[in-house]
Amino acid sequence: MANRSEIVARARRFRTNFEAAGAVLVEPPLLQPAEALLDLYGEDIRARAYVTSDALRGEQMLRPDFTVPVVQMHMQQGAEPARYTYAGEVFRRQEQDPDRANEYMQVGYEVFDRAKPAVSDAEVFALMTLQLRNLPVRAICGDIGILKAAVQGLNTTEVRKEALLRHIWRPRRFKFLLDRFAGRVALPESRAKILSTEGRLTGTAPEIGKRRSADIDARVDILRADAAAPLIADHEVAALEALLAVRETVPFAIEQMRDIAVDLPAILPSLDLMDDRVNAMRARGIDVDTLEFEASYGRTSMEYYDGFVFGLYAIGRPDLPAIALGGRYDALTRQLGQGSEIPAVGGVLRPDLILTLEEETA
Amino acid sequence: MSLKLGVPSKGRLMEKTFDWFTKRGVTLSRTGSDREYAGAVEGVGGVDLVLLSAGEIPRELAVGNIHLGVTGTDLIQEKLARWEQQVEELAPMGFGYADLILAVPQFWIDVETVDDLDAVAAAFRAKYGHRLRVATKYHRLVREFLTDSGVADYQLVDSQGATEGTVKNETAEMIADITSTGETLRANHLKILSDGLVLKSQATLWRSRVAKYSADEKAALKTLLDMLRG
Repeated sequence: MANRSEIVARARRFRTNFEAAGAVLVEPPLLQPAEALLDLYGEDIRARAYVTSDALRGEQMLRPDFTVPVVQMHMQQGAEPARYTYAGEVFRRQEQDPDRANEYMQVGYEVFDRAKPAVSDAEVFALMTLQLRNLPVRAICGDIGILKAAVQGLNTTEVRKEALLRHIWRPRRFKFLLDRFAGRVALPESRAKILSTEGRLTGTAPEIGKRRSADIDARVDILRADAAAPLIADHEVAALEALLAVRETVPFAIEQMRDIAVDLPAILPSLDLMDDRVNAMRARGIDVDTLEFEASYGRTSMEYYDGFVFGLYAIGRPDLPAIALGGRYDALTRQLGQGSEIPAVGGVLRPDLILTLEEETA
Repeated sequence: MSLKLGVPSKGRLMEKTFDWFTKRGVTLSRTGSDREYAGAVEGVGGVDLVLLSAGEIPRELAVGNIHLGVTGTDLIQEKLARWEQQVEELAPMGFGYADLILAVPQFWIDVETVDDLDAVAAAFRAKYGHRLRVATKYHRLVREFLTDSGVADYQLVDSQGATEGTVKNETAEMIADITSTGETLRANHLKILSDGLVLKSQATLWRSRVAKYSADEKAALKTLLDMLRG
């Protein structure tokens, strides 16, 4: 195991590399106001981050990542375009697996640039892989943007599309909703009861709490409208499921997805964007022909990524978390930007894992 | 040193625990004045009674201060991460039944399942600008249950007592709490979600996997367990 000073020294070297690539050094505080993180991630963040508090500032979190404070800082004062780097500890609460670190160094590189998103994607990916060039790692990439386009393009109601979009990052829940909208599972009895009646249903039990009877009436209307709407067509569901299952090297993945686009034409613009990205990667010397693509990659652990996503993993060490990972998070800048937004993409490295791998390969 | 047995220090839980042991030939009793938390064990040698708040028993088992302890499944699972590795379940005791459930106002006629709840949470957040609040003291169990069920857009608010009243007071939109008969829920105009059972709990005898056991303590444990198992 590498000791702390070795890890810090290596983190500095990576950071210097990123500065040489044009990034400005930023140093967000260790303690972050809990509110923004809670608003963004919901209760789940409490299972992942350490929370502390004082009487004056209320709840604070030991930073679980750098992306959120860097975006906040950029949205408040950043000039465009901008490139940032940072190196420091992040903290992750561990309740299940004692072998996972609860404190480790991260070195990151983030690009805020409106000009050519595909080129920025390739820039970040190439820079991360360059730092790991002599290590036995394999890269996997995906594109949440294609999945979002597929859902948005379904021939169904906006209510259903919104429900599916909301759960792209919760695969089980997504499948449950898709099955229901496709008529593959029966509605629960309670729903059938609501649908078999007409008119207002509220009024028997006392109205308590902040959610009012108008809200309930509104949802009953939505449920009735949903029951009247046609099911999502079989060929669309089959195409969406085929898309989610795509797992190939990049050239074959693109070919498969072009075939799927016959039934889901809405994904064509995001496939064109993927072509641009692949070309930009080639231009940077990435061997795209052997690069793995998984359409569902990034659905389980990276909620704020909404476009290109990637991870680099140690070959023969499936027990280790990703050595590097990153992706595009345009929607996050919109959420934290209070009215403004900017396309953004970034990635982080784990110097501690890199040193471990180097020791093993030496 | 003697084998240490931790038992709830007051109320029905203490009485029922004493009864349960008596039926198996082990007499537990409080000694001294009513206010003094000291106890005695008769019928088996080498065992000390430690009277504790039921809520502290999980922690005392986990650090090994006591070898055996009586407390609810709910408290063990809420308070101990990876509880299976810290304690062993020796015997469910057949009392102190309580279910940790999710409950919403009765007049929410559009909500019967956790699936409904998720849709309602999204709409609530969009309209009211904050997440749907769930009042509970079982933060970890409820969060794990809701995460597992794929519910988003909720937040937990801490409630250490009178949880059923939080909805009426508008400090929460719904609750997650322990119920045995459901009467308090009904009296507060709340209903249980049909698939909202987070955990079934009852008073249980646990053994600490962390505590150290000397030869004497091991012997006392074996004798005691033989008696308890009849």
